[in-house]
Amino acid sequence: MSLDQIKEKKKKKKRNRLVFRTSILVVLLAAVVFALVSNLKADNTIYRAGDEAPDFKLQQISNNNELESVQLSDFKGKGVMLNFWGTWCEPCKAEMPYMQSLYPEYHDKGIEILAVSLDNTELAVDRFIDEYDLTFPVPFDSTSEVEDLYKVGPIPSTFFINPEGKIEEVVNGALSLERLEGYLQDIQPK
Amino acid sequence: MREIKCECGHVNPVGTVLCEACGRPIEGNQHLDGNNNKKLLNMRYDGTARRSQTYNKSIIDKIWSFFSSVKVGVWLIVIALVASMVGTIFPQEMYIPANAISRNPSIYYEDQYGIFGLIFYQLGFHNLYTSWWYLVIIALIGISLVICSLDRFIPLFKALRHQKAKKHISFLSRQRLYSETKVVSNEEINLLKTNLKKQRFKIKVENGHLLAEKNRFSRWGPYVNHIGLIIILLAAILRVLPFFYMEEYVWVREEQKPIVIPGTKGQYYIENKDFILETHSEEDDRFEAAIAQEGMIPSNFQTDIVVYQSGEKSVPGAEAELEPILDDSVRMNKPAKFDKYTVYQSGYQLNEFTSMTFKIHETSDSEEVALDTFTVDLAAPEPEYNLENGFRVVVDKYYPDYYLDNNGIPASETNFPRNPAYVFIVYPPNSDVAEVSFVGIGRNIDATGENNYKLGIEDFEMHDVSGLTVKYDRSLPLFGLGAAIFMIGVIQGMYWQHRRIWIHPTENGILMAGHTNKNWFGIKKDIENAIEGTNITMVEDQQELDEK
Repeated sequence: MSLDQIKEKKKKKKRNRLVFRTSILVVLLAAVVFALVSNLKADNTIYRAGDEAPDFKLQQISNNNELESVQLSDFKGKGVMLNFWGTWCEPCKAEMPYMQSLYPEYHDKGIEILAVSLDNTELAVDRFIDEYDLTFPVPFDSTSEVEDLYKVGPIPSTFFINPEGKIEEVVNGALSLERLEGYLQDIQPK
Repeated sequence: MREIKCECGHVNPVGTVLCEACGRPIEGNQHLDGNNNKKLLNMRYDGTARRSQTYNKSIIDKIWSFFSSVKVGVWLIVIALVASMVGTIFPQEMYIPANAISRNPSIYYEDQYGIFGLIFYQLGFHNLYTSWWYLVIIALIGISLVICSLDRFIPLFKALRHQKAKKHISFLSRQRLYSETKVVSNEEINLLKTNLKKQRFKIKVENGHLLAEKNRFSRWGPYVNHIGLIIILLAAILRVLPFFYMEEYVWVREEQKPIVIPGTKGQYYIENKDFILETHSEEDDRFEAAIAQEGMIPSNFQTDIVVYQSGEKSVPGAEAELEPILDDSVRMNKPAKFDKYTVYQSGYQLNEFTSMTFKIHETSDSEEVALDTFTVDLAAPEPEYNLENGFRVVVDKYYPDYYLDNNGIPASETNFPRNPAYVFIVYPPNSDVAEVSFVGIGRNIDATGENNYKLGIEDFEMHDVSGLTVKYDRSLPLFGLGAAIFMIGVIQGMYWQHRRIWIHPTENGILMAGHTNKNWFGIKKDIENAIEGTNITMVEDQQELDEK
């Protein structure tokens, strides 16, 4: 073997080693990145700001509203405040009057409020609606399917959906009047 | 550094400690394995060049050599262990008890544990095991495992595959087992060979130099073991994917209409036909004493369930046809299975109200003779009841789980009929004069004190609620495979030993040396058996114990 050949061989070996090590490291790095990303998104069934709001259809039970049933996709082009609540939930009681006070004004501006009730019985909801004089539609999620679809945790939980059907903001917990109005302005059709 | 040419003519790669061919210690590299001041040679990885320690030119090589260090690996493990321990000092966020003052971690930890709780929370230990940095440490351990293994396995594998029978005298004399025999006949050598073969040694001869070797595969044990560990880590990573793992908890009430099983995308519904809680009999001698001491002891938790598959539906929430696909009993440790899901009995809640029957009687009637009765179905209470005998009862307020809130106002604590209470407006027959009554369990309040009619609870029915876990875990076979390979590796390295015996012919006799990775007593036995019937000197154990 001549000196040149030896040098050539050595060079090749070094290159092979570099390729080998690089590819192993790349594979490992990819695995780590995958593990981290998928873990941070482990709750990826929860819809977050920027996601398309999944469609659903529910019976509407408020006597103050003429809709029989509501389907989210019917409100394309309108801003939608999708609120999950229950009659037994104190913070929900606190924010309902705010929602009602802003509803007439913002309904005219192209916003719909859908207050999905997670109650067990319609009666409790009816009485609540009467007590608070709510006029916006109250869809009733009797099988908890929509609750599971949106992975609703502690209520109240509110999704502000823009006219394009994308979630603009997710708010867990009760809203103050000012914050509520701010969010409504964000999703108001231009 | 340059490649090193040994006296025997073999060209060794940089960083070699013992010549790959003849085993002669390479001058200038002995510090690498700490052979400098020792008589015996360190036989770790057979003195091969671990590449990581020699080439450090590119950034890739630098990363490689960082992870190939066992020291780094051990430190990573120590850091992970310490972090894991710290994470157990206070409960993780998901285990903050439901009855805590606040379940908000920013309040709970400081409130409950003071300044240490605050630090614990601020450093993010309340969500340790899913935090990115904890995962990074675990991932780095995985990387270190892969690279450490590769960096050692490949040179060791090559060295053992290409090893020569002919070894340098200094290699033999610096082995732990060594002997010199001045005069040995050919017959004796042949007998030695036969004896070695009998003990399943593989024999390689080169110009009278002899290498007898057995159980080399035992050296691969640790690497097989590492492959198992890596598969386990991989399984843990994959488990976060919804395809591999899903677990949901669902409360199902007896006789409630089917509800969606969470996590199944509205595809499956579940119904609770009956929840059964059985206790051990007091009459049974075996349990008598325990029951006297502890009270009732459950012997069975069981839910009779029906699972439905939903028909096609255009959009979630829409009504769909339900087709029953499973009718089964779920008991403790006896889950029910459908599709890919398994349903486990995990909790229960007794005695929610199903229905309540009320009677109306005159307030003044001490006999409480019922003038009229009506039954409220708590799953679907009516807004008003028109009764047979002309009474009309309007349900003005309904509290499924009655309590007085902070302001003393009646409210419902939960959504469930655990402690139902009502405000009834009673219209007597042919009258528009309303009487208001508040009725609850053990409560009957007449707000005005002037009511002519009184409502009483005549009867009620109750139901139980069953808590079921619905899950699937497709990563388990992978964990099993990893654990099995792990165990194979342990056994492979533990119960076999890699034994080698070298014979180096001298003028009239031989030099003999032996090496094993463990169980020196065993290899001495092998050698004793091999030299039986010959004059060959038994090897001497030259082990030098480090001075304390």
